[in-house]
Amino acid sequence: MSKETSPLWEVFVRARRGLSHTHVGSLHAPDAELALRNARDVYTRRQEGVSIWVVPASAITASSPDEKDAFFDPAADKVYRHPTFYEVPDGVAHL
Amino acid sequence: MYGNDFSAPDDPPGGGLLGEVEAAEAALREAAARARRSGAAPGEDLDAYFADVIEADQKIEPRDWMPDDYRRTLIRQIAQHAHSEIIGMQPEGNWISRAPSLKRKAILLAKVQDEAGHGLYLYAAAETLGIDRDELVELLLSGRQKYSSIFNYPTLTWADVGAIGWLVDGAAIVNQVPLCRCSYGPYARAMIRVCKEESFHQRQGYEILHTLAHGTEGQKAMAQDAVDRWWYPSLAMFGPPDADSTHSAKSMAWKIKRFSNDELRQRFVDMCVGQAEVLGLTLPDPDLRWNDERQAYDYTQPDYDELMQVIKGNGPCNRQRMEHRRRAHTEGAWVREAAAAYAAKRAEKKEKVAA
Repeated sequence: MSKETSPLWEVFVRARRGLSHTHVGSLHAPDAELALRNARDVYTRRQEGVSIWVVPASAITASSPDEKDAFFDPAADKVYRHPTFYEVPDGVAHL
Repeated sequence: MYGNDFSAPDDPPGGGLLGEVEAAEAALREAAARARRSGAAPGEDLDAYFADVIEADQKIEPRDWMPDDYRRTLIRQIAQHAHSEIIGMQPEGNWISRAPSLKRKAILLAKVQDEAGHGLYLYAAAETLGIDRDELVELLLSGRQKYSSIFNYPTLTWADVGAIGWLVDGAAIVNQVPLCRCSYGPYARAMIRVCKEESFHQRQGYEILHTLAHGTEGQKAMAQDAVDRWWYPSLAMFGPPDADSTHSAKSMAWKIKRFSNDELRQRFVDMCVGQAEVLGLTLPDPDLRWNDERQAYDYTQPDYDELMQVIKGNGPCNRQRMEHRRRAHTEGAWVREAAAAYAAKRAEKKEKVAA
């Protein structure tokens, strides 16, 4: 079959000032400019955003789900990174 | 507020269907935070890990391992759903140029544009399963994948636009709200977006019928006629009765589907009776009556032979709908080609500047 469809773009929308951009979905477009316009029409018809990023899906490098546990393992045994690990003596304020 | 207080299906926060969608959204966040029971590692026993995630009401995500059949089932269902949104633009599109006022025309345009948007959310969700857009479009155009049979009925009068909004979109919402809790993440998230938007569709349809039903005798008769024609096809949207439904059991086990066809159909009937009364219109079923024992309405089943005929391609508008879609695709080819050529030219220029 002839490849008719244009490249895939991942779409990220900032809902309001003060929030970070969040992934909302993807779409096809021949170039970045049209990807932005299409993203506006598909993902922000009801004022869902004040800013849009479009990223070529092919440009994203992702961690592999198969290695998920091994990959994130190093963080699993470091409870001392959380403030709840520490005992705070009674009567100490502002800590 | 969200916590453990959202699970009662009879009393969702916010009330009504929108409340149920919000509850599904909250449940999605909650399940993600919950630990899985056996904690099977993803690399060890793929089947066990998959079952574990489903059991914990967590979501399967695109790059997770999944059984081939789960993937195939989802592709088929999501694609069919996407095709339905795209073909579904036609019956109402038929009335855009003849809407009775500028306000109604603007609303109808926005609604039909939403249907296109819903189709695109769903195609995007299907593509995360490893099928590409070309293939999906081809499957629709060649007739190898179906779309909802309801769109093979004609829209004869303006009141049909109202009846579609109230009954067809209403039935779609009853079908789709449980899909907001589907086990496949991208599908569940797409359905949450779709359902929030559908509720405007249903209300605008209801408002059209309410206005007509409280207008002149002729307008009321037109509204009644539309309801008479759309009632049974809408009931048929829930699919064949449970006993004849081929895909149900597995889809339930995988939590793709949460309720059976007959359960959802009953829920829809029970909702519509009161709404019809407020409209002052009659649902065309002489045997429709409250059953105190079942705490639900008894009703006449739609004609499932007719449903099978329409699915097979023999509905009133099957050929017209497919011809229209094929023509739109062919006639739009030059736009896609021009956009691609423009993108290539600009990319080339950029390269030259860089070099």
